[in-house]
Amino acid sequence: MIDLDISSRVGDFSLSAKFAVNSGITAIFGRSGAGKSSLIRMIAGLAAPDAGRIVLAEQVVFDRDRSINVPIQQRGVGMVFQDSRLFPHMNVERNLLYSQWAAGRNSGVGLGEIAELLGISHLLKRRPFGLSGGEKQRVAIGRALLSNPKVLVLDEPLASLDASRKAEILPYLLKLKNEFGIPMLYVSHSLGEIEQLADTLVLLDQGSVVAYGPIAQMLSNLELPQLVNGPDAGSLLFAKFSQYDTHWQMTEFSLEGQKLFLPGQLGTVGQDARIRIKAKDVALARKVPEQASVRNVLCVCIEGITETAGPYAEVDCRVGEQHLRARLTRHSVHELQLAAGQEVFALVKSVALDQ
Amino acid sequence: MSFFLTDAEWAAITLSLQVASLAIAIALPPAVLLGYVLARWKFPGHTLVNALVHLPIVLPPVVTGYVLLILFGRQGALGSFFADVFGIVFAFRWTGAALAAGIMAFPLIIRPVKLSFELSDGQLEEAAYSLGTSRLKTFLLITLPLALPGILSGAVLGFAKAMGEFGATITFVSNIPGETRTLSLALYTEMQSLSGDAGAIRLTVIAIVVSISALVLSELVSRRLSRRLGGQHD
Repeated sequence: MIDLDISSRVGDFSLSAKFAVNSGITAIFGRSGAGKSSLIRMIAGLAAPDAGRIVLAEQVVFDRDRSINVPIQQRGVGMVFQDSRLFPHMNVERNLLYSQWAAGRNSGVGLGEIAELLGISHLLKRRPFGLSGGEKQRVAIGRALLSNPKVLVLDEPLASLDASRKAEILPYLLKLKNEFGIPMLYVSHSLGEIEQLADTLVLLDQGSVVAYGPIAQMLSNLELPQLVNGPDAGSLLFAKFSQYDTHWQMTEFSLEGQKLFLPGQLGTVGQDARIRIKAKDVALARKVPEQASVRNVLCVCIEGITETAGPYAEVDCRVGEQHLRARLTRHSVHELQLAAGQEVFALVKSVALDQ
Repeated sequence: MSFFLTDAEWAAITLSLQVASLAIAIALPPAVLLGYVLARWKFPGHTLVNALVHLPIVLPPVVTGYVLLILFGRQGALGSFFADVFGIVFAFRWTGAALAAGIMAFPLIIRPVKLSFELSDGQLEEAAYSLGTSRLKTFLLITLPLALPGILSGAVLGFAKAMGEFGATITFVSNIPGETRTLSLALYTEMQSLSGDAGAIRLTVIAIVVSISALVLSELVSRRLSRRLGGQHD
């Protein structure tokens, strides 16, 4: 979907990026000032790199050597900006249909369908002024979708919203991903958002792409301190909803043939779920503990142990095809005589997995 | 003292309206374009162009009128060009009065126009490009409508200024009854005559009413439009 290799220099800041990603949601993650915005402005055609090439949906849209620079109007990139950028002198409906009446584009989906999906049908006659931040952002997403884009680029779409508004938008983004299958580039400095949405992660640091790959793999790669250090670092596991126990109010997920229990009702039968487990919430045991309160006992295989400079050790465990990280003290590792290749039990309190 | 205007005074007022209308018609399009360029583009000589645009405010009006006379007089380079090519004569005609008034009003028009283009920094335009509209179409559909409050208030202020212009007008096109004797010039003429006090006062009152109405109208229009465009800068 996107294949690029570009470099650019503006003043003291230089940007060099090379990656190729396929369908789904690709997150571009980095701190502020890492060059995320510059990168997507070049992808969208709002700025030109000094060298290199950009391929979008099998079309070369930029190639310095062949003097190709497709203007933004023809790149088919739908943009959603942090500050929504709705046209204040038009009502919501005119905004949504702008690319159709002003630029003659046709989208495969209708206004009604998009408005329904984004929950903005009741706002069509309103002007942007007076809409809440979350409503504005949903209109902006709808407007971009109705321009029939090949790629949807979202530049920190939730950054200016408060926590509850963020929670309001995220499900819509997941719906878009599942129902339209439109490739998305999602720029964010919030790892939390990315963990809930992205399939692929591109890590940008000080103007260059440090690494990119499938999200779970990236999040468990200890060589990427930007992602895996910090007290909240952990693993992302893909599980399936099995059943909900109404009496104890617990949801059972199936994870690589094993069971995982989380508090509360989370989803419906057969639904895919992403479960984030912080490394510090995982304990390891040589035997299944008896008469313990811990609900979740997973049989795992130790892949590797990395001792850090401080008192801690990061233990990389494999559950089926997926990775689970445990952060222990070096002391525990020593006492239990843990080593790579051993089969052990990972213990996770359900309470720690409260989503 | 009679409250009723004489025929000559009516003629001066209608002529002023005519002159001011043509002056705005001449000055507004370049003021909008130049206002946009000065607000959004960076180029060498930006400061110089900005200063030149505002020159008529600080220059003695008689100087502006004299320069116009040299350039647009019958023998002047531009004057003979317009006369030969388009058959338009400015010297000692009401069209010349409109030209002088337009130039004197230009800085007043361009100020609010430029300000309103400066208020948005081109981000909405980027969104419009990404939705597929060309630069020109985006200018017409997004940039221009959003600058409308500033353009209208500039036009109204400019109109008021053009109606009352004196110095450059009398220098460039003289004081010819029915042709170039606008409200200010008529007022000046009445002041010079021994029996003209009543007429001078009548014209003064009209000038004050016109100016205040213009200021109020300009304020109302831009406030109303801003409200309609509300939330532009959030």
